[in-house]
Amino acid sequence: MRETFPLFPQEASTLAPRVDALYFYLIAVTIFFSLLIALSILYFAIKYRRRSESELPHGVEGSLKLEIAWSVIPLLITFSFFIWGASIFFAMNRPPSDAIEISVVAKQWMWKFQHADGQREINELHVPLGQAVKLTMASEDVIHSFYVPAFRMKRDVLPGKVATYWFEATRPGRYHLFCAEYCGTKHSGMIGWVEVMDPVDFQSWLAGGTGSESLASAGAKLFAQHACNTCHRPDSLARGPNLEGLFGKKVQLQDGRTIVADESYIRESIVMPNAKTVAGFQPIMPTFQGLISEEGLLQLVAYVKSLSKAAPSPEGVAPPLSKSRGQTPQGSAPASVQEPPRSEAKK
Amino acid sequence: MSAVTAPPAVDLPAEPRVNYLNSTYGLKSWLLTRDHKRIALLYLASVTVFFFLGGLFAVLIRLELLTPAGDLVQSETYNKLFTMHGVVMVFFFLIPAIPAVLGNFLIPMMIGAKDLAFPRLNLLSWYIYVGGGLFTLWSIVHGGVDTGWTFYTPYSTTYSNSHVIVTAVGIFITGFSSILTGLNFIVTIHTMRAPGLTWFRLPLFVWSHYATSLIMVLGTPVIAVTILMVGVERLFHLGIFDPRLGGDPILFQHLFWFYSHPAVYIMVLPAMGVVSELVTTFSRKNIFGYKFVAFSSMAIAVLSFLVWGHHMFVSGQSVYAGLIFSILSFLVAIPSAVKVFNWTATMYKGSISYRTPMLYAFGFIGLFTIGGLTGMFLAAIGLDVHVHDTYFIVAHFHYIMVGGTIMAYMGGIHYWWPKISGKLYPEGWARFSALVIFVGFNLTFFPQFILGYLGMPRRYHAYPEEFQVLNVMSSAGASILGVGYVVPLIYLIWSMRYGKAASANPWGSTGLEWDTPSPPPTENFAVTPVVTGDPYQYSPEEVEVVG
Repeated sequence: MRETFPLFPQEASTLAPRVDALYFYLIAVTIFFSLLIALSILYFAIKYRRRSESELPHGVEGSLKLEIAWSVIPLLITFSFFIWGASIFFAMNRPPSDAIEISVVAKQWMWKFQHADGQREINELHVPLGQAVKLTMASEDVIHSFYVPAFRMKRDVLPGKVATYWFEATRPGRYHLFCAEYCGTKHSGMIGWVEVMDPVDFQSWLAGGTGSESLASAGAKLFAQHACNTCHRPDSLARGPNLEGLFGKKVQLQDGRTIVADESYIRESIVMPNAKTVAGFQPIMPTFQGLISEEGLLQLVAYVKSLSKAAPSPEGVAPPLSKSRGQTPQGSAPASVQEPPRSEAKK
Repeated sequence: MSAVTAPPAVDLPAEPRVNYLNSTYGLKSWLLTRDHKRIALLYLASVTVFFFLGGLFAVLIRLELLTPAGDLVQSETYNKLFTMHGVVMVFFFLIPAIPAVLGNFLIPMMIGAKDLAFPRLNLLSWYIYVGGGLFTLWSIVHGGVDTGWTFYTPYSTTYSNSHVIVTAVGIFITGFSSILTGLNFIVTIHTMRAPGLTWFRLPLFVWSHYATSLIMVLGTPVIAVTILMVGVERLFHLGIFDPRLGGDPILFQHLFWFYSHPAVYIMVLPAMGVVSELVTTFSRKNIFGYKFVAFSSMAIAVLSFLVWGHHMFVSGQSVYAGLIFSILSFLVAIPSAVKVFNWTATMYKGSISYRTPMLYAFGFIGLFTIGGLTGMFLAAIGLDVHVHDTYFIVAHFHYIMVGGTIMAYMGGIHYWWPKISGKLYPEGWARFSALVIFVGFNLTFFPQFILGYLGMPRRYHAYPEEFQVLNVMSSAGASILGVGYVVPLIYLIWSMRYGKAASANPWGSTGLEWDTPSPPPTENFAVTPVVTGDPYQYSPEEVEVVG
């Protein structure tokens, strides 16, 4: 069980030892300079204590050499902090390409998770050991922040944007999940657990779930239900950009800018279609803000991403209007797409 | 002693002498005064009220955190407590404390002037401050506000059900007081220096207030506009920050921290100025590296405007923006380090007295060093991701704000108390409470560094059980700290009536403010002094400070 009086957090991700190493380096430097200052003051205070009320010590000239030394040496030391910190930060922002993906929706005051194959959880997240996991996160209301201290990783979850977070767990166990950005009355109740499982156990846990449909296929249903395929189609009747092979590619916009079609861009293009119109198209798409839940948006994002995995297009700029390949998304039955989140946590 | 061709300071005569305190009587003579010294006392009374009010909120917070469960108050109340603690302490105590009390009292005297450049504006800025304070008090009495002092959107503009607008109006109004005070200081320092008082003969207290004033004048309008936009979005649902209305919540954070990070230096630069005076006086030494200490204040003022993005490393701002803010944040640490090294070197071969103000200066240097160095942990971007928004941050900024600013403020109040009140404070009690504050402070805030690295997020009403021991230590420390602040309140008030009369210059300081009787006459100096030398010339022979 958990220690009753821990002084140091558990290390449970590949990033954690790297962060801790920098932490110890900083502690060492802090102790060195704190002692240097404290002991100098103590020494001077004793050695040069006032012995008579009338004593007047001689003045001491300043020293340019000293001034330069105690400006430049600390400066060089801070550069080492900067470089070390930056290299960790880069790693934190580069999820491995083979990471499994899980979608996360934050709302006042709970965490909702959906695994790639559709399994849902609330305030509990089961993940496999030794496998990179990438979270695609959105907020329904205010700013939250996904924070697992044992992974030494934190990322704000914003309304109106898609944030990503990744980790690779290195130790099985149950770890605290906190909301780190103040989000209102029950902020301190917006907590949960991340359960790191042996990959075999994880697979059987996944299989034991109530087999709801996968994220991407739920997204495909939504795509059909909202008749997105009327315009977003690969043939000549398309009035909107073809979405196949789009994800992760550069897109030329109407206003001349070029952006990368990432999760945030796809989400934004559904709720605010005219914010970044693709070159060659009219801004005719209606907004779907309020019509599709945040979870539905993440399902649609997963679906659009799946279109790129099925038919990878050549590297480089994706043509805004591709008329060549691919099948129209098949939404089978309209069905009830948005099931309410199930709250039973699986063991 | 800087050679001054003014009448020699007379030791306090036995018979009553006309001074700024007894020249006129009655409430009206105080509420309509244009004397910078009386206005400083008006500020002293009002920031003290706000300090103890903010302290009361802190007491309740620490009591709640004694146990892991949220059992003393409800979540909603707890959230209001930490919000009001932050709002009151930051905007109504820390920002005005040293500039508006000590700065107001001392800047004209330190430069040999009769008053600030705009005495009426000075009085107006106190009224504006009180007006803003009343709005904030009104919101507290009517239920308070629960957004955190940071007012992050869209929570503050759309979701919070508390008195956001009233509190925001209070802060908006108070901002103008800050701007006017800054403006007044800048003009005064430029135009009203005594004959012979060149820029490099200014006491470092004046330099640091000059740098502070620049930040006040340039930064405060930004927070005013930001608060205005929060109000507009909340009242009229114009989309500025809420993405549902087409706004951007990150925009708020950029605007907020563009003021609020420099605001940290509004709080700490004047404290550094105080410490420069204390260290020189109680070492009887010229400051080591005068120009470096003076220019480091200016460097801090400039760099402070370039580091706001380090509050947003995990917000999703671009990776490269994060890297630039990381390196700029390291740069701002250098001038602070330069000051610490120079203060330490000033003591070398000095004549060091252990009077209470010097004890506070020791405390300041030690705690500010820890506070500054832990700032490095936060500027190191990959490490900040872990400790951001945890108790590590809380500990860090309390080391700067409480360990730094309040230590210096207390030191300054004790140091200039003979000048302000004409009375000596009781040295034994004062040393005792300085020690109590130092011990209580460290016990309160050091455990929070450990808590933060363990991962306890800030602003948590309830927390997991394994964090309890450290929280109990912190609460125990807070109760000691509380005693340390109440004792000086009592003996300082006591000393105004019963304290021993102070001479004009009880410390043997070289500052111009000590060349006039204690308490000073309304016009400060009977004859405008003429300055012929550098500040801090304690040694009998001339010393050249190599710059």
